[in-house]
Amino acid sequence: MRMELIQPFINAADAVLSETLACSITVSDISMNEEAYQRHATAAMVEITGDIEGRVIFDVEDGTAMKVASTISGNMELDPDPQLIRETVAELANLVIGNAVTTLNDQGFRFKVHPPVDHPALQGFQGAEDIEALVMDFSSPAGRVFMNVAIRYNRRRRADSRTH
Amino acid sequence: MEQFPALLRATDHQPVRYLVVDDSIFARKNLARIIDSYGGMLAGEAGDGCTAIAEYDRTRADIVLMDITMPQMEGIEAAERIVRQHPDARVIMVSSVGYQENIVAALQKGARHFVQKPVKPELLYEVIKYVLGDAAITGQVSQAGESLS
Repeated sequence: MRMELIQPFINAADAVLSETLACSITVSDISMNEEAYQRHATAAMVEITGDIEGRVIFDVEDGTAMKVASTISGNMELDPDPQLIRETVAELANLVIGNAVTTLNDQGFRFKVHPPVDHPALQGFQGAEDIEALVMDFSSPAGRVFMNVAIRYNRRRRADSRTH
Repeated sequence: MEQFPALLRATDHQPVRYLVVDDSIFARKNLARIIDSYGGMLAGEAGDGCTAIAEYDRTRADIVLMDITMPQMEGIEAAERIVRQHPDARVIMVSSVGYQENIVAALQKGARHFVQKPVKPELLYEVIKYVLGDAAITGQVSQAGESLS
């Protein structure tokens, strides 16, 4: 996987998580994942189509999601609730991916970001033969967040655009 | 949450009325809380562009806060349809996808401004004040929960 495609996602996750968790974030582990993705906690998936295609899974520990929900809600004390956690993870995915694709678009890539969907299965979405998945483990005092990115250049689109 | 001087309609000194359009329930709740901190009134909510058009027809809200990426009909198309039918509609796009092309397209279709998520309440407040212009006056600092419907 090309680093220039991945870096905007790392930068966006770092910026959005730092802001929404109100604490510092570190990338504690990065690994390639050729197996089906193993969900850790509550996950949402966003599909990307266009010059770049693939999908990003955002997987957030419940306590971390509640901390984000509290921070975004003006530091209100909130009771843990599965629905609120799912909504928070989806919105977090939306924020990170939206910010990442903003950077990529300003670099000249054109694509569509689809709305986040729940990723309830414990296992699934194996990287295809030519789309390896990169898994990043973000750690913070408020808990852990996993981001699984499997994207690639859409070769046909890029070739088409070169011929026109 | 920080409270802001209430934004009131200049015509009748009533709270500014907002329509919030976002497919994320979480984002809608968050915007509703921010609106409350501005002393505003939530006139309606929608989770997609089609519903947003119907809700605007029903509420004629003073400000529409519109997401871009949504199912069925996206925010830019919904903004265009609302403004085509109601040229005085004030639509502010609120999205995490803030690239130049999207911003330009939204403004060309009739949106008045663009705010990137995550929303900073103090920034959105200034944008709303700017978009309302002479149509709004500033009152006292609002009390939480005062005007939220």
